[in-house]
Amino acid sequence: MSAVTAIAKREIRSFFNSPMAYITLGVFLLLSGYFYFNTLFLVGQASLREFFNLAPLLFVVFAPALTMRLLAEERKAGTIELLLTMPIRDSHVVFGKFLAALVIVAIGLLLTLPYALSVANLTANNSSFDWGPAVGGYLGLLLMAASFIALGLWASSLSRNQIVGFIIGLLLCFAFYIIDRTAVFLPASMGSVFEFLSVDYHFRNIARGVLDTRDLIFYFSLTGAGLLLTTRTLASSRQ
Amino acid sequence: MSATSGAPMIEVRDLTKNYGSFTALQGLTFQVPKGQVVGFLGPNGAGKSTTMKILTGYAGQTSGSAAVAGIDVQADPVAARQNIGYLTESNPLYEEMMVKEYLDFIAEIRKIPTDRKSVRIKEVVERCGLGNMIGKDIGHLSKGYRQRVGLAQAILHDPDLLILDEPTSGLDPNQIVEIRNLIREIGEEKTVIMSTHILSEVQNTASRVLIINEGKLVADDSPENLTHEEGGTLYVVVAPKNGTPLEHNMVERMLTGLPEVSQVNAHEITDEGALGFKVRYSGEDPRRSVFESVVKENMVLLEMRRHHVSLEDTFRKLTSND
Repeated sequence: MSAVTAIAKREIRSFFNSPMAYITLGVFLLLSGYFYFNTLFLVGQASLREFFNLAPLLFVVFAPALTMRLLAEERKAGTIELLLTMPIRDSHVVFGKFLAALVIVAIGLLLTLPYALSVANLTANNSSFDWGPAVGGYLGLLLMAASFIALGLWASSLSRNQIVGFIIGLLLCFAFYIIDRTAVFLPASMGSVFEFLSVDYHFRNIARGVLDTRDLIFYFSLTGAGLLLTTRTLASSRQ
Repeated sequence: MSATSGAPMIEVRDLTKNYGSFTALQGLTFQVPKGQVVGFLGPNGAGKSTTMKILTGYAGQTSGSAAVAGIDVQADPVAARQNIGYLTESNPLYEEMMVKEYLDFIAEIRKIPTDRKSVRIKEVVERCGLGNMIGKDIGHLSKGYRQRVGLAQAILHDPDLLILDEPTSGLDPNQIVEIRNLIREIGEEKTVIMSTHILSEVQNTASRVLIINEGKLVADDSPENLTHEEGGTLYVVVAPKNGTPLEHNMVERMLTGLPEVSQVNAHEITDEGALGFKVRYSGEDPRRSVFESVVKENMVLLEMRRHHVSLEDTFRKLTSND
């Protein structure tokens, strides 16, 4: 595993060494903060509901933005040849990159905790803040981020161009986000399949504070599929 | 996992590689025993880089097999690569990393134990003359230092085999000498296969030369043998002793009459009144008899030099495609 952590460590360090890191994290915190306090001041309600409603859409954009350069940049700079001729498996390279992006997302989520705590503090004294959905929501976001990162990573492995990686990643993530909204137009049997394929549908389940194995299996499979595809694409990028 | 003892360091058998309709390698076969320093020559597009990429696992062959230290590079790529240090042609580096960070990263990927890591990094930094550069960003280094970083990366895990793809390309003459000395030092204890366009480089460092052309092996010998030929060529310039002009036909006849000489041609010279000849000979060195007969005929020998076949000559002869 040490090659995986070495790759992840290098990636995280290089991320925080660039100004893009702070711009990305800053915009993420600003938008998520806006969603937090929106409900508080406009509706006068201390709730995380609005934030958890909009966070998936936020991740549709931020996950591909985070992953777009991870493999495209290596291919463009040629350093991929260095990695792929090291005595490690291709999957180690992919997993290291995945881990790096997941850690960065986790750091971003950690930075939103003060918002959650302040909302909890503002809850009226006689009613207690419901932590179940909050914990579930954060867990759900992390699971969703994992699957989006895996998809974004695959998009990044497809070309040398970061922008192409971003756009394909964005489309993929958005497709898995929006797919259950199209279920209304379909017959019931198809509708439930589409619903099961929706990242957002499973997120809403978890964010309710109910942890169902079906939701976990969905996220793990989608993440696994993304990582597998990335590994295969990387292997075929050998000449 | 460990290298099979007794197996050659590199064994390439009937290697073929197609890129679409382009054939980069067609049935390349060679072996490199342990400890040899091999120069790998060929014109651009002959398949040098392709062979090296197959050995390191960055490219897959169309057919045939390649093994490093007895381990097939396709069957067990991870184990095979543990024996290899590789400097790629373009030497890609992480520009934003410091030299120290970069070598740390390579050491971690290579799974060099933590207790040995810093000692080993110190060793290669010293060896590659990077002492003053370890705190600098790689992106700010000169081409020569970048090449040293690439070499440091390649020898960090103390591999048995070094694969160097044009290690001196793009360097200035001073840097070339430095890198060449470094490679010669490394070659004292390792197996090295290096490709290059600079043939004198091979003459100085390699004990064996492989020349490939259009994906096929066209020569496999020591640099000495490749530059040796039966007989040779002399350039002879003669001048009259006492002002009477020389007759071209007479001198030519005299030279042709020598038993060792096989062919005599006129050779353009600039000396006033003198005559130049290109004398081909087979077998014995005719310099003594040329000198004696010139003196006997009352002429002056202005110049006589033997032409040596260079590796360039051999290379051109073997790889020109007309």
